Amino acid sequence: MEEQRYYQKEIETMPVDELKKLQSEKLVKQVKHVYENVPYYRALMDEKGVKPEDIHGIEDLHLLPFLTKSDLRDAYPYGLLAVPLEDCVRIQSTSGTTGRRVVAFYTQKDVDLWEDCCARAIVAAGGTKQDVCQVAYGYGLFTGGPGLNGGSHRVGCLTLPMSSGNTERQIQFMTDLNATILCCTPSYAAYLGESLVEKGYKPEDIPLKAGIFGAEPWTEEMRQGIEKTLGIKAYDIYGLTETSGPGVAFECCEQSGMHINEDHFLAEIIDPDTGEVLPEGSKGELVFTSLDKEAFPLLRYRTRDICVLSRKPCSCGRTHIKMSKPMGRSDDMLIIRGVNVFPSQIETVLLNEGYQPNYQIVVDRVNNTDTFDVNVEMSPEQFSDTVSGVTALEKSLAGALKTMLGINPTVHLVAPKSITRSEGKAVRIIDKRKLI
Amino acid sequence: MSLKQLTVFVENKQGALAQITDTLALHNVNIRALSIADTRDFGILRLIVNDIETAKKTLTEEEYLIKITDVVGVKIGDEPGKLSKALAVLDNAGINMEYLYAFMARTEKHAYVVLRVENNEVAEEALVREGFHLITDADVCKL
Repeated sequence: MEEQRYYQKEIETMPVDELKKLQSEKLVKQVKHVYENVPYYRALMDEKGVKPEDIHGIEDLHLLPFLTKSDLRDAYPYGLLAVPLEDCVRIQSTSGTTGRRVVAFYTQKDVDLWEDCCARAIVAAGGTKQDVCQVAYGYGLFTGGPGLNGGSHRVGCLTLPMSSGNTERQIQFMTDLNATILCCTPSYAAYLGESLVEKGYKPEDIPLKAGIFGAEPWTEEMRQGIEKTLGIKAYDIYGLTETSGPGVAFECCEQSGMHINEDHFLAEIIDPDTGEVLPEGSKGELVFTSLDKEAFPLLRYRTRDICVLSRKPCSCGRTHIKMSKPMGRSDDMLIIRGVNVFPSQIETVLLNEGYQPNYQIVVDRVNNTDTFDVNVEMSPEQFSDTVSGVTALEKSLAGALKTMLGINPTVHLVAPKSITRSEGKAVRIIDKRKLI
Repeated sequence: MSLKQLTVFVENKQGALAQITDTLALHNVNIRALSIADTRDFGILRLIVNDIETAKKTLTEEEYLIKITDVVGVKIGDEPGKLSKALAVLDNAGINMEYLYAFMARTEKHAYVVLRVENNEVAEEALVREGFHLITDADVCKL
């Protein structure tokens, strides 16, 4: 077995009791910082009767109130900002749009620590300064591109800031410049793989050795497919804009769960219904507390991702706790082509466009790409006696949904009352992707 | 002057059409003419029936998506070239047509053409001016 390499060995392999001590120290400071600088969270703490003095360490974490996505929405844009705006150097934003947009602020230190986390992931995937790292996540408000780009710089890789899309160009740069590490969504990795196969490339002709894939759910089968087609090792990476971006957790050579960067992010698993903290090994909702964030420090933020944590010793030598791939959501959010989609957004569009909110979302994965169909019941007023009339309505509704969601659905108008109802309640989401 | 067409939204599912015709048959509604426009997902069934009120009531009760559309019905001689003449009238009057379908009379030496055009009144006037006979719902009932 080759020698293990780490980006920040001391912290990544720190004995667990020391790590917990470090977390406790950071938590006490962070709670004070938040209480003093974020009136929104101070009010939540006051309401619960918790003072910063009550938090002596991570054992008191459960006393703090939760934050949810709706808090972030209510506090938009500056309500959760904990430093003067002049100390911020960056924002990033979630892919969700109207009504659900989350804007996260970063100081320079926040950006630095985030990029360190991404660098840890790249090194864990075998990255060194000899590597050429092709970043094919979107750049811009989306955290994927900027995060891995920064991480790649820190490792010292030659960074190809490709952004997403333009497959021809991706392949050209990959092969001409001998990219060895690919960072993108797993579905795009699979698509790139197919495109390379179509062009006659065999795995041994492709210079890549590793891939860091995240931002959407993917299966073990998909991993095997990508690894085979591209001739690489494929590593998962996890993160969310609310806590920084990719790099909150990442896979090591074990490829069996993602190490959470525990020195920066304190993780809990709770019962999504009661909010009760569950013991290690239980399946429940993942909750994060950012221990080092200055500008946008979220305490006990409910991710809605359902997963399991495990502190079983890992052969890679890292001591940080591992999270399983998210097994689902405790809300109704769907991730389609890497974009967060809430059924409530679709309802809003339907009502705006004069439809009744009688709809059904059908998501599937065909050739490793998500398909996104929305069936909508048509009213007699909307029904036209010509095909062009109906298809024009479908197109116009698809356009309105695209504006709201950022991705293009295929709209099918259907007859009233034709959408499947189970026990009187309409089945709103049919996800055929079988990702778990 | 008008002819009413019953338009029904049909989902592209096996037996969907038969369900509609069964429902109509059960209520003694006689279909005089029909046409279907279809796409991959759905079809639009257009019917001329002898009793449009009953047809409308029945299908609405069965929760079908229906629409009553005013169309132009023209009686034309059952010989070569007659349809062309009728279409030329519309063309000369600058009227765009969405679709048409035709049916034969059982006894007379006539055919009937159902036209869906952008402006019924102008189309009807033009056709009458050129000597065509229009048909109405009352005529259809008698057929």
